[in-house]
Amino acid sequence: MAAPASAEAPVRGAMTPVPHRVLSRVQETADTWTLELDPLSEPVQPRAGQFDMLYAFGVGEVPISTSGDHEGGPLTHTIRAVGAVTRALCALEPGAVLGVRGPFGSVWPLGEAAGSDLLVVAGGIGLAPLRPAIRHALARRDDYGAVSVLVGARTPDDLLYVPELERWRSRLDVEVDVTVDSAAAGWHGRVGLVTTLIPGAVVDPAKASAFVCGPEVMMTFVVRALLERDLPLERIWVSLERNMRCAVGHCGHCQLGPTLICRDGPVFPAAAMTRLLEVREL
Amino acid sequence: MRTLDELLAEAPVFAGLPQDALTLIAGCAKNVGFAEDELLFREGEQADTFYVVRRGRVALELHTPERGGLVIETIEPHEVVGWSWLFEPYRWHFDARADTPVRAIAFDGACLRGKCEDDPVLGFELMRRFAQVAIDRLQHARLRLLDVYGGAGVR
Repeated sequence: MAAPASAEAPVRGAMTPVPHRVLSRVQETADTWTLELDPLSEPVQPRAGQFDMLYAFGVGEVPISTSGDHEGGPLTHTIRAVGAVTRALCALEPGAVLGVRGPFGSVWPLGEAAGSDLLVVAGGIGLAPLRPAIRHALARRDDYGAVSVLVGARTPDDLLYVPELERWRSRLDVEVDVTVDSAAAGWHGRVGLVTTLIPGAVVDPAKASAFVCGPEVMMTFVVRALLERDLPLERIWVSLERNMRCAVGHCGHCQLGPTLICRDGPVFPAAAMTRLLEVREL
Repeated sequence: MRTLDELLAEAPVFAGLPQDALTLIAGCAKNVGFAEDELLFREGEQADTFYVVRRGRVALELHTPERGGLVIETIEPHEVVGWSWLFEPYRWHFDARADTPVRAIAFDGACLRGKCEDDPVLGFELMRRFAQVAIDRLQHARLRLLDVYGGAGVR
């Protein structure tokens, strides 16, 4: 008997990892590496904002946002080694094989933001999911008004993609501003919260869209600062990460109030999430 | 050429003050400049001056035997450097160093304290505004204590 058609059937192969070979492994910071991956069968092609499940064979699987642009290039993921699985993934040398399921989740609304100024606010590892969106906007620069990229990190040594930040900063058509929480004497950049960069961002709040990614506490305060800058709440998007396990909305581990982050997110309109983020028990 | 009280009005800490108050405050102020790496003031010294940055960046630094110099905050244009001039014992708690060439307005703290005592309405208004600056920095420091970027996960 034929199985009944389901309107919400998982995407094809959603639960089957596709083997990928590590092409390159670049250390970004003391605990963070970027892996470029080449598929051994059907390629996985996430869009900006989406995530894949990376499987370190025999250890486990974790959700990692795409951090590259995959228009013909390798699959790229930036991973911070914070637990057993991520440590195993970060230790993979070129030539090693891992499993990839995906892509999953929602995307940064780059089409919706086209025609407006674009304000990107990243904190810590949150720059990784935003990098494809920034690259997209810079590659199609005429589609956007002013573009401002604000980056916060713990220390100068914790900044991701420093050479690329420098390349962006050298362009005349994008503002890049960086701040760190603390630094040794000799650091010649800003020291302070990433929210302190928002009042000086070159965008026009009346016609700007904002993409925000970082730790939840940071995003809560960034959204407040954006509202104080008179950006409309409906023009702000955030990317969340909770305890994503299955990535297809079945297991419920990543539930946040009425939403499942893996199925409904990870990119959400801030209007849908800011109140939920302030509920302590969620 | 713009007058000092016109320049003062650009700083959020003085924004919206009536012209006579700005003129009064400008009487305690002068334009100053610092070369890169020059100290505006040093920890423990008498806090008799404060600054509003016009151009450049000022780094507030704390020195510890184990970790050397640490930049704990940077101050950008139109922001205030220093509030210890307003509160006893009038001593700086940090070094302030010009991270870039800096142009600033320097204020004679004792002069301004005297005017505040002579004019309690102005004194209350300035105290309220500098308390806001101090509270904003305190809130920022508290948030940075959370070390939000350093949280370890389990995966």
